[in-house]
Amino acid sequence: MAAYLLRRLMVSALILLGVSFITFFLLYVLPADPVRQIAGRSATAETVENIRRELGLDRPFIVQYGHYLAGLVQGDLGRSYLQKTQVAELIASRLPATLLLMLGAISAELLIGLTFGIVAALKRGTILDQTLMMTSFVTVSAPQFVVSLLLLYVFAVKLGWFPIGGYGTPAHLVLPALTLGILGSGWYSRMMRSSMIDVLRADFIRTARAKGLTRARVVLGHALPNAILPVIAMIGIDIGIFMGGIVVVESVFGWPGIGQLAWQAIQRVDIPIIMGVTLVSAVAIVLGNLLADLVAPFIDPRIKLK
Amino acid sequence: MTLASALKPAAGAVTAPVLTVEGLTVSVRSEGRLRPLVQDLSFTLNRGETLAIAGESGSGKSITSLAILGLLPPNVSVTAGRVALGDTELTALPESRLRAIRGDRIAMIFQEPMTSLNPVMTVGTQLVEAIRAHTPVSRSEARTRALDALRAVRLSQPDRRLTQYPHELSGGMRQRVMIAMALALRPEVLIADEPTTALDVTVQREVLDLLRDLQREMGTAIILITHDMGVVAEMADRVIVMRHGARVEEATTPDLFARPQADYTRDLLAAVPRMGQGAHRPPVTAAPVARLSDVVVRFPIRGGLLGQVTHNVHAVEHVSFDIRRGETFALVGESGCGKSTIAKALVGLVPHAGGIEIAGQPTDSLDAAGRKALCRRVQMVFQDPMAALDPRCRVGDLISEPLLIHGLGSAPERRARAQDLMARVGLSADQADRYPHEFSGGQRQRICIARALALQPDLIIADESVSALDVSVQARVLDLLRALQQEFGVAFLFISHDMAVVENISDRVGVMYLGQIVEMGTRAQVFGNPRHPYTQRLIAAVPVPDPLHVPPPRPRLASEVPSPVHPAGSGPARVRLVDCGDGHLVAEAQAPSLSSSRP
Repeated sequence: MAAYLLRRLMVSALILLGVSFITFFLLYVLPADPVRQIAGRSATAETVENIRRELGLDRPFIVQYGHYLAGLVQGDLGRSYLQKTQVAELIASRLPATLLLMLGAISAELLIGLTFGIVAALKRGTILDQTLMMTSFVTVSAPQFVVSLLLLYVFAVKLGWFPIGGYGTPAHLVLPALTLGILGSGWYSRMMRSSMIDVLRADFIRTARAKGLTRARVVLGHALPNAILPVIAMIGIDIGIFMGGIVVVESVFGWPGIGQLAWQAIQRVDIPIIMGVTLVSAVAIVLGNLLADLVAPFIDPRIKLK
Repeated sequence: MTLASALKPAAGAVTAPVLTVEGLTVSVRSEGRLRPLVQDLSFTLNRGETLAIAGESGSGKSITSLAILGLLPPNVSVTAGRVALGDTELTALPESRLRAIRGDRIAMIFQEPMTSLNPVMTVGTQLVEAIRAHTPVSRSEARTRALDALRAVRLSQPDRRLTQYPHELSGGMRQRVMIAMALALRPEVLIADEPTTALDVTVQREVLDLLRDLQREMGTAIILITHDMGVVAEMADRVIVMRHGARVEEATTPDLFARPQADYTRDLLAAVPRMGQGAHRPPVTAAPVARLSDVVVRFPIRGGLLGQVTHNVHAVEHVSFDIRRGETFALVGESGCGKSTIAKALVGLVPHAGGIEIAGQPTDSLDAAGRKALCRRVQMVFQDPMAALDPRCRVGDLISEPLLIHGLGSAPERRARAQDLMARVGLSADQADRYPHEFSGGQRQRICIARALALQPDLIIADESVSALDVSVQARVLDLLRALQQEFGVAFLFISHDMAVVENISDRVGVMYLGQIVEMGTRAQVFGNPRHPYTQRLIAAVPVPDPLHVPPPRPRLASEVPSPVHPAGSGPARVRLVDCGDGHLVAEAQAPSLSSSRP
């Protein structure tokens, strides 16, 4: 177990190194010039060159990257070009909001997705099954801003049940979490349905029924733990998709998370913040997958971590 | 009289039947029409009696058992007739009332112990749950009862078993757990659907003994569903023979075997492979087509931080034998003994150490072209013919594909050859454009045999090739193999766990145990005069299809085959074979690997 964990962490470090290199390189070759953003339109060529030298942006790519990496291993994510604050501080102040949103979204996703999937599997071939699967298809294909605006219009503007935007109370969390949850639930319901159908055919389900167990016990006690494994692995992967999704949703709902931070930074070519947010997202994805793999043996004892 | 009925108090003579089935008809709904799977079946089951329902695949025997418990698949239903447990009409009961009877008054055990237990729940949880579903006892009380049940099925270390998961137990142990679960609540009726079919012969012996002992203690009535007439003869008081969903014949077991009335029953009994029936053939003295010397196959198990080899699975250890032209050499042994691994090593599918020669040519020194040429000389026929045939290819193409791969003949020539081969294996040549699913199991295996013959190989490896077939089909396929051997002079490496089949078809036999050959000789030597204790145990364990046969007394112990996994650097003790006359090789007495047990 310790050896497994150590090896996985070593691999994770390599992945993060790769992510940092690719992102840094892409930002380097980007035609947008961050110095122009900082200096403003009216700045003289001399001022621009001064700022460029000050930030070290006149040096060759490999030197810049090496410098960034050297800071990174000491936990230094650099300073924002425009806000003049430490990137680590900026991210730390916004991460709790994003984590809260992520928790809410994944809960909503699983609640909707798994329920739909299980019900569809049990009612396989009926109108209900077809309706649920059609719904999941629609949610998978719907764009984020459409769903978020629709929810805002109905539940915030028309019904007034939830605030239009902002952060602070549980009520603020509902709509953004629901938006992300609805969008992700389609994948889960489809996967859960097919996994559940497979498991319900298994011999041990017949054994459980022959023991005289109730239907609820057969489905929830015997079938569900076997069917949920692929879903667990999916949650790990889903964190990546999620990180992309929050950029739009946080902006629409005015949610002060790192998605909003990233959106603002991209508009102003604030490279240190873009790098920082990308790396934090990469860490989240890597940790999410690791966590999914670590949880799996507790659900299925046949899985050994090697 | 069977041993079981001799020891039992006159069963069912006075009491009312515990289970009554009358005019049971079960139908499947497909494409809007009802097609009967079981037709007008009637029988009664008396207290403490064992009733066997025997028949080949598709006879409706398993559907009958599921119909009794109300566990039929969604599109299958009882369309006529009644099932009654004592005075309770089961067919009229709502699901909730039926659920109270399942597991409590009627219990069931299934064929596949590997898949019949929930893999993510401990054995204890599954047992406790079965008990608590029907009796209002506390968790700890249920646990005590579960322990008692595990003791009753003679599982070693019952305390530990409760906390283990199914995958940590062997097949035989899992089937014991299934039996413990079924009998924990002392049901009136136990339905055992092919309870030993998936088990090795010595394990089957233990499980059958156990079922009989428990029945005697508890007075449970058993419906035993089986295709194996040997199991019928040993276990049953009465037999119903089924075919195509209908009853063919019903009789007491001694009557059925002594005086079968229906033609089908007679054919079925005639087709059952029996020990001591093999025709005597002159010994084959031709040159060997395959020679194995000191073949070793080990599979590394990796672990640790850098993935270094910590253990090895010693699948095959220092095996040497040769197969002569036109000869049938059989390898027998229980699952995991390494017999299939030898076959894979022969065709180069697993890396091995030691020498393998095919037609005098060492295989190790071959380049890719040489290996391909070698494939022409050795062909394989596998166990499951459906899985071995690509469902999207026409059988004519499947049979001629080896010719295509090796660039032999033109397209019309290959087609003609395929049709010719189909005729040779007893199929009609105009079926060449059909797909595998349009054929029966036996016909599919014939297609596999035709494909193996296409390249006119010197050696065909038949790995459990007849194990999945019904006995009547099996007998015809064995006849075909013999005829083809006569005609083409091909040698067979016949791998099987079925001692009676091996005894019928082989010239020479090697008995394998834990990756090593422990006895080897002609069929007459090995079966007529088995010297090694393991060979003797294997032969004694085979159920004899004769109810008058009195089995020799034997200790009733649950024994487990030791693990073939050893830490890197160590291994099992090497078995040394000594000649005890006329080339009959037997492992030296008390080879340590056989007496040592799993740590």
